Amino acid sequence: MAQPSQATDGMDSVPALLQRNATRFGGKPAYREKEFGIWQSWTWAEAEAEIEALALGLLNLGVETGDFVAIIGRNRPHFYWAMVAAQSAGAIPVPLYQDAAAEEMAYVMDHCGARYAIVEDQEQVDKLIEVQEGLHQLEHMIYVDPRGLRKYDHSKLHRFIDIQQQGRAARHEFIDTLKARREKLNYDSVCVMLYTSGTTGKPKGVVLSNRNIIEASKSSADFDHLSRDEEVLAYLPMAWVGDFIFSIGQAYWCGFCVNCPESPETMQTDLREIGPTYYFAPPRVFETQLTNVMIRMEDATRLKKALFDHFMALARRVGPAILDGHAVSGMDRVRYALGHALIYGPLKDTLGLSRVRVGYTAGEAIGPEIFDFYRSLGINLKQLYGQTEASVFITLQPDGEVRSDTVGVPAPGVEVRIDPNGEVYYRGPGVFEYYYKNAESTAKTKDEDGWVATGDAGFFEEGSGHLRIIDRAKDVGKMADGRMFAPKYVENKLKFYPNILEAVVFGNDQEICAAFLNIDLTAVGNWAERNNIGYASYQELAGHPKVLDMIQDHVEEANRSLSQDPMLAHCQVHRFLVLHKELDADDGEMTRTRKVRRNVISEKFGDLVTALYDGSREIHTTTEVTYEDGRKGSISATLQIRDAAVVPLETAKAAAE
Amino acid sequence: MNDMSPDGYTTEDGRSIGPVVMEMRNITLRFGGVVAIKDISFDIREGEIRAIIGPNGAGKSSMLNVISGFYKPQEGEVWYMGEKRPAMKPYQVAQQGIARTFQNIALFDGMSVLDNVMTGRIRHMSSGLFAQAIWKGRAEREEVENRARVERIIDFLEIQHIRKTPVGRLPYGLKKRVELARALAAEPSILLLDEPMAGMNVEEKEDMSRFILDLNDEFGTTIALIEHDMGVVMDLSDRVVVMDYGKKIGDGSPDEVRRNQDVIDAYLGVAHD
Repeated sequence: MAQPSQATDGMDSVPALLQRNATRFGGKPAYREKEFGIWQSWTWAEAEAEIEALALGLLNLGVETGDFVAIIGRNRPHFYWAMVAAQSAGAIPVPLYQDAAAEEMAYVMDHCGARYAIVEDQEQVDKLIEVQEGLHQLEHMIYVDPRGLRKYDHSKLHRFIDIQQQGRAARHEFIDTLKARREKLNYDSVCVMLYTSGTTGKPKGVVLSNRNIIEASKSSADFDHLSRDEEVLAYLPMAWVGDFIFSIGQAYWCGFCVNCPESPETMQTDLREIGPTYYFAPPRVFETQLTNVMIRMEDATRLKKALFDHFMALARRVGPAILDGHAVSGMDRVRYALGHALIYGPLKDTLGLSRVRVGYTAGEAIGPEIFDFYRSLGINLKQLYGQTEASVFITLQPDGEVRSDTVGVPAPGVEVRIDPNGEVYYRGPGVFEYYYKNAESTAKTKDEDGWVATGDAGFFEEGSGHLRIIDRAKDVGKMADGRMFAPKYVENKLKFYPNILEAVVFGNDQEICAAFLNIDLTAVGNWAERNNIGYASYQELAGHPKVLDMIQDHVEEANRSLSQDPMLAHCQVHRFLVLHKELDADDGEMTRTRKVRRNVISEKFGDLVTALYDGSREIHTTTEVTYEDGRKGSISATLQIRDAAVVPLETAKAAAE
Repeated sequence: MNDMSPDGYTTEDGRSIGPVVMEMRNITLRFGGVVAIKDISFDIREGEIRAIIGPNGAGKSSMLNVISGFYKPQEGEVWYMGEKRPAMKPYQVAQQGIARTFQNIALFDGMSVLDNVMTGRIRHMSSGLFAQAIWKGRAEREEVENRARVERIIDFLEIQHIRKTPVGRLPYGLKKRVELARALAAEPSILLLDEPMAGMNVEEKEDMSRFILDLNDEFGTTIALIEHDMGVVMDLSDRVVVMDYGKKIGDGSPDEVRRNQDVIDAYLGVAHD
């Protein structure tokens, strides 16, 4: 296996990178967080001191080499310090999704057997106390925000700053241990353990070594020429591998500054204030932003609207070409510059994207219109394809070769091959060590030569050499007549309409394809307001005949577009219904990263699936829902099932030929 | 009821309540021939959450207005911090450290949340109009200090995302929260809340209850509140005064009040002579 045996200069662990940064450019900001209305910042030297104090405090509390330390909270410098401090003290940090329900948390906490948990606030403390019965290993909890926790029993509960204070006080006692443990760390030692979101079954603990993280960070930073002057906004879940790579791996390797928003609600304002140069967001974020822009433009004055439409049309025509450095006529360049002064510049500023030099989106397919919208404004938005098991990077789009329907070329140092059955395999320095306590899954996923199965089906495009992903390999099924069924491909086509939030397409072993759809409340709600359609609830809006008409138009348009693709023309959606509730992670219908769980959905809504295929016009159904506080209730509704027009296959074939 | 020594008592959840800070002695308030409050006495202790409940028209808001100095009772005395309070204008009462929120939100609609909350700091600012206009030296220093305090309250009530939003554009539940923020900004020794949960949905009520408990816990603020929602009152308060037709019909811990026959009658309704 082609792997560098050692990193250069002894930079073979994240704590070592921290020491380097604190020594070489200690006065440069490493972390910022907006608190009490002001951006507070910590330089690399200060961050190093904070982390050391915490690591000493952890040793003082009895952390042993190889212990697991769960970290549960939103993006705050404290939790990034906790990750590095845990590793410095010889332990293994395990960040968890902070919005996970108590039972989900209990499974992971029990699986890794964490002895310590560093959490944000009362909410997380309460959740862990709730499930503590079953967690025999959990010994101490450390919280950052003391609010509401005054009256709790503090024998096993500690405040973050107190632990740091105790660490500082006991410095002389533990500093040698800390140094020894830090020096023992090398490329092979475990850097972090991340739980996969578990699209199928129970979450798996992916163990990533320092080699994985540092090599992946190094090569991807080189690929995009990242420097220590980048600014990033850390707002994506800390339990997700991407955030670990961007906000710790690359940030420590390059030495750039990680900015943490004031609260999840202020993210947009904070984004604008920071103006990141390197930005990552899942397609959903870009979609929401674009939807908001479009909604607000609808309400703008006529002149503004006319200017916007005119210059956006120009941008769509020449913007991407200018960004990619292709030839564009002088006149168009002048017009584009004028558009930049009047529209694109102010718009990018409002979006907080004026300084973005490299932007990435991944996780899901992004709609071509959305993708082109951002690129036409001159924002270098690109796609990458990655996995937790790969330390993110499998393929990346190089500057100048960006398209919405491919995911780019293999990342530096990564080899990719396609199996005869279409499944994508890769290997490289970022490939994970193993799944924790799950040798069976490890063996199934990663073979002896280091090749890892992605579980996705795809192919390399002729000519460009770019990878195209069609669907999850296991979701790619066969229809009753034996032709390929690729639900995600169809779902993505549907989801590209702003009015459709989610789609679940059925068709495996069936004669025809049919779909469940979720409306997007923001977009459809706005449309309803504009068209004087009154509604009292999500459910009522979702069942409104005019909304159904509109959705039907979208489905039929998607069908026409599908009929152009000879491979998948038979996957057109014949029948659909609009669900009376939003698919939600709290109900187990989606993963925390908002991927639909097909099996759960088809089981839970079994009556609706049957209705899609038995020809009925409407169906009455009752569904259980879970509220945010964990209580359960149920909603019932009568749903209409619509038939959508499809392009007959013979004509489709003729058109394709 | 817990042991009521003059120095205070300890609540079921282990908070220690201090001595009496405010005492109403035989208050009677009349509007012409209408007797709104009839010979009512009760006290409020330091660090306590004290509720005043009663059916519509019982005189609860009038009572709150007597405490805040807006109404002058014809009979009776108000004792505050061990001294009898002379007749005062509401602003003088406010300067003594008694802040309030209103049943029907009284905020400046055109101003941002931040500016609204800053108005709560007025009693802590001393620089004159001219100095404020020039904004040098003390005026600037004062504003920075006061802004820092206001930001802590904004953080505490989790309204960072609407800091710069004009209040008029906010939904009802958030406006209520902003009003609470403004009252808190005054750093009151007693906080009067006039129906803090009126018109809220269950989730908003839960949030507001959490804020009230947390601020009592975190800052030790004494709180007197009027509320219709019995569930909320019983969960939140340490002691409850029950009023009906201007008279006090009950006073004690939530449990005591719940068992009081007069209270049950007033709420379930029996024929009045």
